[in-house]
Amino acid sequence: MSTVVLLTVTGLGLGGLYFLVASGLSLIYGLMRVLNFAHGAFLTLGAYVGYQAGRHVGGGASWSAFTVMLIVGTATGALLALLTELLLVRRLYERVIEQVLVTVGVGLGLVALVNGTWGADARPFPAPAWMGRTTTMLGARIPNNRLVCIAVAGAVLVGLLALLNRTHHGLIIRAGVENRTMVSALGIDVQRSFTAVFVIGGAAAGLGGVLAALYNGSVTPGMGDSLLIFAFIVVVIGGLGSISGSAVAALVVALLQQFTNYYGVSGLGDFVVVLALAGVLLVRPAGLFGRAA
Amino acid sequence: MNILSVRGLDAFIGGQQILHDVGFDVAGRGVTALLGRNGVGKTTTLKAVLGLVRRRGEVLLDGVRIDGDRTHRIVARGVGYVPEDREIFARLTVAENLELAARTDHPDRQLVDRLFPELGERARQAAGTLSGGQQQMVALARVLQNENRLLLVDEPTKGLAPRVVGEVADAIALAAQRVPVLLVEQDLRVVTRLARDVVVMAEGRVVHTGPAPELLADRDLVQRLLGVHRRTAA
Repeated sequence: MSTVVLLTVTGLGLGGLYFLVASGLSLIYGLMRVLNFAHGAFLTLGAYVGYQAGRHVGGGASWSAFTVMLIVGTATGALLALLTELLLVRRLYERVIEQVLVTVGVGLGLVALVNGTWGADARPFPAPAWMGRTTTMLGARIPNNRLVCIAVAGAVLVGLLALLNRTHHGLIIRAGVENRTMVSALGIDVQRSFTAVFVIGGAAAGLGGVLAALYNGSVTPGMGDSLLIFAFIVVVIGGLGSISGSAVAALVVALLQQFTNYYGVSGLGDFVVVLALAGVLLVRPAGLFGRAA
Repeated sequence: MNILSVRGLDAFIGGQQILHDVGFDVAGRGVTALLGRNGVGKTTTLKAVLGLVRRRGEVLLDGVRIDGDRTHRIVARGVGYVPEDREIFARLTVAENLELAARTDHPDRQLVDRLFPELGERARQAAGTLSGGQQQMVALARVLQNENRLLLVDEPTKGLAPRVVGEVADAIALAAQRVPVLLVEQDLRVVTRLARDVVVMAEGRVVHTGPAPELLADRDLVQRLLGVHRRTAA
């Protein structure tokens, strides 16, 4: 029983990380039809810049340092996304191949920047001592950092849903996901929503970077790319443009991985996730919460 | 005084030229019907006016060139657009569709309630679950709640039941008392009832302009330009 609880909570924590990356990807594609392959690099740089800023506050292993890391990581992701949208992506709407090439290029460039600045080796991620302890739940000793990942991802989910469902800007985004041309034809500058969505997605990725570092206990240049692959799978399974779909799919993917790796063969979880992706594409191509075109 | 003037308008979709040197005026009052057989470029003309397709040429709203503006700025100048096939936001509620389209904090919801009372009863219903006629009401209401200087209305009666066609025509007639309308319409009964002037297109070009009664009274001209017999069409 305790093993199941531990796997479940750990899976929820991993799902939270997937959600933070996938939610931005999903909104960006849903509204702008842009596949942002630089999203993983936003996560990586958010983690590294947050890590660097936090180290200057009490050596990094304090709550104030961790708070600084979260804020700086989030801001870094948002700023990178803003610059990418304003300087590059904005000029390439409707040009899918060019978008892919440019965002892949940005992603490679940013990871190279991280490699050049911090080196290719993993660096230990300092965190408050409480994060390294455990909390007993239903007989299982749950690492506290998993609980933090779940709590932060849950708060982001609630915040995004509130933004989408309770604000006028969210109304524009939801309408734009359905038919952005018609949003323009109602007199609304949908370009501003494009920028806002890109920045929100980048901020979530930057925040996810710091949490991923906390989850793994280290920062590595490749951390964003490995999460990005599963985030794309989450987006497709959940349905492009659906935040709720991303949340559900993130949990499904993460729990599948955790349980399969533990009860099956270690490493088999990734394969099972790809099988799940194939199954969803065959049975429901628009994703669990998506809408057929 | 003309509210809209189009001069030398060319438009392109997917690299193919659809409109060729299109020019016409829309009077400052009443309904101007944009007519022609299927595929002659009527919908593209409305989209070109709004900047929804790539175009070149002059488009003047009340004497001011708008062809350099982006779509949302053209609409913000007071050009209301009711697209072909309605294009309501299916996942949003009726109320959200109206809220999204309101260009001021005080849209004329009383007019909407008067024209389409059943929309009020369905305010919280997802617009995609409405009937075709109700969806058309949403599409019209989105535009009519705003202060407009010109309405571009594209085939509003397409695919609707005869009773609903009458309701939609009533709404456009009422709107036309307040604001000029450029109307794309295939149903000649509606054109006969509403239109003051006509612009007829063929193969991406304007081939006839003039008073609507003059064209509609000439059976041979209607047959030649529109490919329908006036009596059978009506």
